[in-house]
Amino acid sequence: MITYSFLQHYWWFIISLLAGILAFLLFVQGGQSMLFSLSKTDDERRLLVNVLGRKWEFTFTTLVTFGGAFFASFPLFYSTSFGGAYWVWMAILFCFTLQAVSYEFQSKPGNVFGTKTYRTFLFANGLLGTFLIGVAIATFFTGSDFSVNKGNITSQFAPVISQWGNPWHGLEALLNLRNLSLGLAVFFLARSQALLFFINRLSNEALEKRSRKVLWINAIPFVVFFLIFVIWTLFSEGFAVDPTTGIVSLEKYKYFSNLLEMPVILVFFLLGVVGVLYGIGRSLLSEKFKSGIWYSGVGTIVTVCSLLLISGYNNTAFYPALPNLQSSLTIFNASSSEFTLNAMSIVSLFIPVVLIYIFYAWRAMEKKRTDIDDVNNDSHAY
Amino acid sequence: MEILNASLVDWSRAQFAMTAMYHWLFVPLTLGLGVIMAMMESLYVKTGNEEWKKATQFWMTLFGVNFAIGVATGIILEFEFGTNWSNYSWFVGDIFGAPLAIEGIMAFFMEATFISIMFFGWNKVSKKFHLASTWLTVTGATLSALWILVANAWMQYPVGMHFNPETVRNEMTDFWSILLSPVAINKFFHTVLSGWVLGGLFVVGVSSWYLIKKRQIDFALRSILVGSIFGIVSALLLAFTGDGSAYNVSQRQPMKLAAMEGLYEGKSGAGLIAVGVLNSEKKSYNDSVNPYLFKIEVPKLLSLLAYRDADAFVPGVKDIIDGGYQTKDGLALSFAEKQASGKEAIQSLANYQKAVSVKDTAEAKLQKAQLEKNFKHFGYGYLDKPEQLIPNVPTVFYSFHLMVILGMYFIALFALVIYYNYNKKFENAGWLQWICLLSIPLGYVAGELGWAVAEVGRQPWAIQDILPVQAAISGISSQSVQITFFLFLVLFTGLLFAEVRIMLKQIKKGPEEH
Ligand code: HDD
Ligand code: HEM
Ligand code: HEM
Repeated sequence: MITYSFLQHYWWFIISLLAGILAFLLFVQGGQSMLFSLSKTDDERRLLVNVLGRKWEFTFTTLVTFGGAFFASFPLFYSTSFGGAYWVWMAILFCFTLQAVSYEFQSKPGNVFGTKTYRTFLFANGLLGTFLIGVAIATFFTGSDFSVNKGNITSQFAPVISQWGNPWHGLEALLNLRNLSLGLAVFFLARSQALLFFINRLSNEALEKRSRKVLWINAIPFVVFFLIFVIWTLFSEGFAVDPTTGIVSLEKYKYFSNLLEMPVILVFFLLGVVGVLYGIGRSLLSEKFKSGIWYSGVGTIVTVCSLLLISGYNNTAFYPALPNLQSSLTIFNASSSEFTLNAMSIVSLFIPVVLIYIFYAWRAMEKKRTDIDDVNNDSHAY
Repeated sequence: MEILNASLVDWSRAQFAMTAMYHWLFVPLTLGLGVIMAMMESLYVKTGNEEWKKATQFWMTLFGVNFAIGVATGIILEFEFGTNWSNYSWFVGDIFGAPLAIEGIMAFFMEATFISIMFFGWNKVSKKFHLASTWLTVTGATLSALWILVANAWMQYPVGMHFNPETVRNEMTDFWSILLSPVAINKFFHTVLSGWVLGGLFVVGVSSWYLIKKRQIDFALRSILVGSIFGIVSALLLAFTGDGSAYNVSQRQPMKLAAMEGLYEGKSGAGLIAVGVLNSEKKSYNDSVNPYLFKIEVPKLLSLLAYRDADAFVPGVKDIIDGGYQTKDGLALSFAEKQASGKEAIQSLANYQKAVSVKDTAEAKLQKAQLEKNFKHFGYGYLDKPEQLIPNVPTVFYSFHLMVILGMYFIALFALVIYYNYNKKFENAGWLQWICLLSIPLGYVAGELGWAVAEVGRQPWAIQDILPVQAAISGISSQSVQITFFLFLVLFTGLLFAEVRIMLKQIKKGPEEH
C-alpha cells in the first residue's frame, strides 16, 4: 500500500503544506514593512514591535524547517536551486539574519547601531523577505535556467552535477513579469494579513482604525497581482512529464488541467481563496469583526498548499529547467530514496504533536489583547 | 561548464568555516547557561525564595541576547549546504538531509514555542508551567545539538548507507546505525558538555566581577555555588568524553590522529606529547627532518589512549601514505593503491552509466560489481598526489594540545573555586575572582579549537574517504563566494560587537533592575 510513489506524493504534500504555513506566518514580515507607516507615535510603534516580536520565531522556524524538510525529501532541489539561484537565496537569508537579532537588540542599551537601525532591518526583512520568497516560488511555474547531469561526477576536474545557465544566478528571475506578480502578491498578502492580525490582537483604538483604513490599499493590489499570476499561470504552458518514459514536454493549460483532473484540490483551492477574501472583506465591511485573520490565515495555507500541489502532482515537473526540459526536477527524479522517505514519514507523525503544543502555548499566552501598558509591564519587552 | 578551481574551493571553505565559527560563539552559551538558569528556576519553584527568581531572570536576559544571534548565524549554515556544497547535498543528501529536517521538526519548534512562554509568560502562566517551559526550551536546544552532531559525526564516519549507481548518490540503509554510531554518541556528549563547561565558566566569571565590584554579594555567591558545581562535574565528564573522541579518531581517522600529535613516523608504544613545539623547517612528510623543535612526552600513553594497549603501533603520516603496516583489518594500503582503487571506482561508474544508456545489462552488472568492490576508496580517485591527504598539521597539533591543556586547567579552576567557596573564603580571594573573570574567554577559545581539530583535521575529506572537498562544491564563481564571505563577515562582526556591548551593559545594570 505504501509505495515509493505514495511516499513521494506524501512528501510533496508536506512541503506544500509547510509552504502554506510559511505564507500565512509571513504576516510578521508584512507587519514589519508597516512599522513606520502605520504608527504615529513612539508608543504605537513599540506596541507593533512587541506584538509581532512574540511571533517572529514561528515564521523563522517554519522557514528553517521548510528548508530542512526540502533537503531531506527532495535533495536534488536543494542542491540545484540553492547552489544555482545563489543570489536570490543569499539575499533572502541575509535579510532573515537581520531580523533574527533585531527584536532582541533594538531597545537594549549599548546596542551600538541604535533602535532606528534595528527597526529599519525589520522593515527591510518585511519588504525583501516576502517579495523574494514570492518570486522564488513563482519559478516553480515559470522555470529556471539550469541543467543537471549526474554523469559529471565521474569527471575529476568538473564534477559538479547541477549547473546554472547564466551568471546572474537567480537574479534573472526578477525580469519575468509573472514572477514579479507573485512576489508582489505575497508582499501585499503579508501586509493585509498583518493588518488583520493587528485588528485581532491589539487593544488600541487608533491603530485598529488605521489598520482597517489601510486594509483597502493593501488588499486590492494583493487581489490584482494574485489574479494576474493565477490566470496567467492557468492559461499558459505547463511542464508535463510522461509517466512511463519520464520525458518532460510543454503542455498547454497544464496547470488548469491539473485543477480539473484533481477536483479535490480545485475545491480546496477555491475554498482557500474564498476564505482569504471573506476574512479581508468582512473586516472591511464590519467595524466589529475582529477574527478576519483566522479566515484569511487558514485560507492562505490552503490556497498556497493547493497551488504547490498542482505544480508537482499529476505528472508535472515542479522545478522546470528552461533550456533543457529533460533536466527538470519532478517529485520522482528529485526525491530521496524510498528508505529515507519512509523513515522521514515516521518522523512526520510528530508534526501533529508540534501543532498541538503550539496551539496550547498560543492559547496560554493570548488570553487578552495587548496594549501599551502590557508592554510596559513586561520584564522582557522589546 | 564551471571547471573546478582551487580558489572556489578555498573561498567556500572559508565562508563555511567563518559562519560555523561564529555560530559556535553563541551555541555553547545557550546550551550551558540554559541548563544553569533552569536549575536556578527549579530551586526557586522548590524553595519559593525570590532571590532565586531574581537570579534566574538575570541569567535569562543574557541568554536571550545570546540566543538571538545564535539563531541568526544558524540559518545561514543550514542553507550553505545547498548554496556552497551543492554537489555534496546531492551525493549524500539522502542521509544528511534527514537529521537537519528532524532538527527542525523536533527541536527548533520546541525551542521557539517554549522560549516565548519563558520570556513573556512570567505573569501569564502558573509557576510550574513556566518552569516546564524553561526546561523544554533547554531540551529543544540540546536536541538540536544532538541532530546536527549526528549529521557531523556521520561525515567523519559514514555508516548505514549504500552507494546507488543508478541515482549516483549514497542512500540510507540503516537509520539507527547512523543515530547510534559510537562517533555520534561520543560527539554529542563531548560537545554538549563543552557548552556546559562554558556556561559554568561564564556564570562563575560574571559573578566574580560583582564580587570584585563589591556589589550583589548574595546573588553572586549563590550563582557561583551553582556554576562551580555544575562546572566541575561537566569538566570531568568532558575530559572523559574527550578521551573517547581521541579513541574514535584513532580508529576511524588515523591521519587526523597523526596530525593531532605531529607524528610523521609511526611507532609501537608511542608517547603522548604533553607540550611541544613544531619545527617549521619540516617541508615534506618524507624529508626525515625532525618534526619537533622541542617536546615533553609521556611514554607509551598515545598507544594506550588510541588503542587501549601500551605497546600498540600508531601509524604516522608517512606510514599512512606508504601503507604496509598491520591494522586490525589486515595490511594497510598505500595512498597509491587507494588512489588507483578510487580511480577505478569512478571509471566503473562512468562505464556503468554508458552501459545503462545503451541498455547493455550484462556489462552494467559487471561494472556495478567492480564499483562496489572499490567504492570504499571512491574519494581517493579525485586526489592527485599524496600531499593532498595531509591536513594542516600545525593547526591541528596546536589546537589539540591547547584544548587539552585548557580542559585540565578548567578542572583545576573549578576545584579551587569550590574549595574556597566551601570554606567561605571566596568572597575575599580577589586574585581568584580575577582569574575566574579572565577565564571566560578561554572557554570560548577551547571550544573553537576543538572544532578546528575536528574539521581541519579531517581535510581533505568532506565525507571521510568518499568525497573530498573539491568534489563537494557548487557551480558558482569564486568571486560570488568572496562577496558573500565579506558581506557575512561584516554583518556578523558588527552584530557580535553589538551583542557583546549589550551583554556588558546588562551585566553592569545587574540583577536588581530586572
Ligand atoms: C570547552 C571546550 C572544550 C574542552 C575544554 C575540551 N574539548 Fe575537545 N572538543 C570540543 C570542546 C572542548 C568541541 C568544540 O566540543 C569539539 C569539536 C568537535 C567535537 O566533536 O567536539 C571537540 C573535539 C575534540 C576532539 C576531535 C574529535 C573529532 O575529530 O571528532 C578530540 C580528540 C577532543 N576534543 C579531545 C579532548 C580532550 C582529550 C580534552 C581534555 C580535557 C578536551 N577535548 C577538552
Ligand atoms: C558549529 C561548530 C563548527 C565549527 C566551528 C566548524 C568549523 C569548521 C571549519 C574551521 C571548517 C574549515 C575546515 C578547513 O577548511 O580546513 C569547517 C568545514 C566544514 N564543516 Fe564544520 N564546523 C562546525 C560544525 C559543523 C557541523 C555540525 C557540520 C555538519 C553538520 C559541519 C560541516 C562542515 C562542512 C560541510 C565543511 C566544509 C567542507 C570542509 O571544509 O570539510 N561543520 N568547519
Ligand atoms: C553546520 C552545522 C549547523 C547548522 C546547519 C545549524 C543550523 C542552525 C539553525 C538553522 C539555527 C536556527 C534555528 C531556529 O530557527 O531557531 C540554529 C540554532 C542553534 N544551533 Fe545550530 N547549526 C549548526 C551547528 C550547530 C552545532 C554544532 C550545535 C551544537 C552542538 C548547534 C546548536 C544550536 C542551538 C543550541 C541553536 C539555538 C540558537 C542558539 O542558541 O544559538 N548548532 N542552528
